Amino acid sequence: MPDLGYVIAALVIAGAITVALRAVPFAVLKPLRESRLVLALGLWMPVGILGILAASTWTGTFTGDAGINWTTATHAALAAAVTIAVHLLFGRRTLLSIGLGTLTFVLLVNLL
Amino acid sequence: MTSQAIEEPRGRRAEIAFGIRLSLPAGLGMFPLGVAFGILVIQYGLPWWMAPALSIAVYAGSVELLLVGLIAAATPLATIALTTLLVNFRHVFYAFTFPLHVVRNPVAKAYSVYALTDESYAITAVNPRGWTAPRLLATQLAFQCYWVFGGLAGVLFASALPGPIEGLEFALVALFITLTLDACRTRSQVPSLVMALACFAAAHLLLPEQSLFVAMMLFVVALAVRYALSRQRGQPEKETTVA
Repeated sequence: MPDLGYVIAALVIAGAITVALRAVPFAVLKPLRESRLVLALGLWMPVGILGILAASTWTGTFTGDAGINWTTATHAALAAAVTIAVHLLFGRRTLLSIGLGTLTFVLLVNLL
Repeated sequence: MTSQAIEEPRGRRAEIAFGIRLSLPAGLGMFPLGVAFGILVIQYGLPWWMAPALSIAVYAGSVELLLVGLIAAATPLATIALTTLLVNFRHVFYAFTFPLHVVRNPVAKAYSVYALTDESYAITAVNPRGWTAPRLLATQLAFQCYWVFGGLAGVLFASALPGPIEGLEFALVALFITLTLDACRTRSQVPSLVMALACFAAAHLLLPEQSLFVAMMLFVVALAVRYALSRQRGQPEKETTVA
């Protein structure tokens, strides 16, 4: 458990940024709506940011202080493939895709 | 989706009941994800109160799931700030269509902005008309209840387990994979995704300890360059429609 002051600082910073992102556009709606840069970023950013988060959390499951654990990496690759396949083949039902992908990883890690 | 019934003016009570009814379909997804979030809090060795504390201080599901891991690893505050900024940046666009104008009371208005999550935005995007202050606030409060109580249920469940379930943290990976796939429905999104993954690969090779932060910075720079280039070629807004 990290130090309480750090936890509170993290909560306050992340909370303030989140609220600001939601509130500020109501105040400065008009210039923002016309900014082509902001519109372009709004179009391009989400998929990339989400992709980076997916890649980062994915590598995090098999990368530790001792470097890459290749057995776990194989398990994580299989579980990611299951998640993607279920999501695309069974009508993008998020909970089903997450559930089966996670179940695959938990079973592989614990049984093999 | 807008039927006569949705637009009919009603009494306050009926509006609240209707707002709660509108919240139920999304709630079916939010509650189980909240449970997964609560389990994650315990598995990362954080105290149980981190689940409700996060869901109230930083009410934004995907960032909360991410913050659990970042806080548990005592990640530098600058990385936490940048991650929150970039992951939640999409909220900037919700103000364009969100019916905040129906809420008059300043406290209620502040709450409505604070609770402008993906789900809140989505429900008003699907049902654009007929919103009243009690209906909107009832829907948003119901959403936060599903999420907070889901988290508490997860915390209780995980605390009752004899030991941590190894590998459960993959739920977060799977969540981001599905979100990425959902954000990448058209071919025009593919270049952004390829650029982002290339940035991550570069960051992971260069600075594996700080790969998340470096990858996001590289990606923003790459997008700025892409924007400058597309403006030069005079075709920046070919596909610039915000969904």
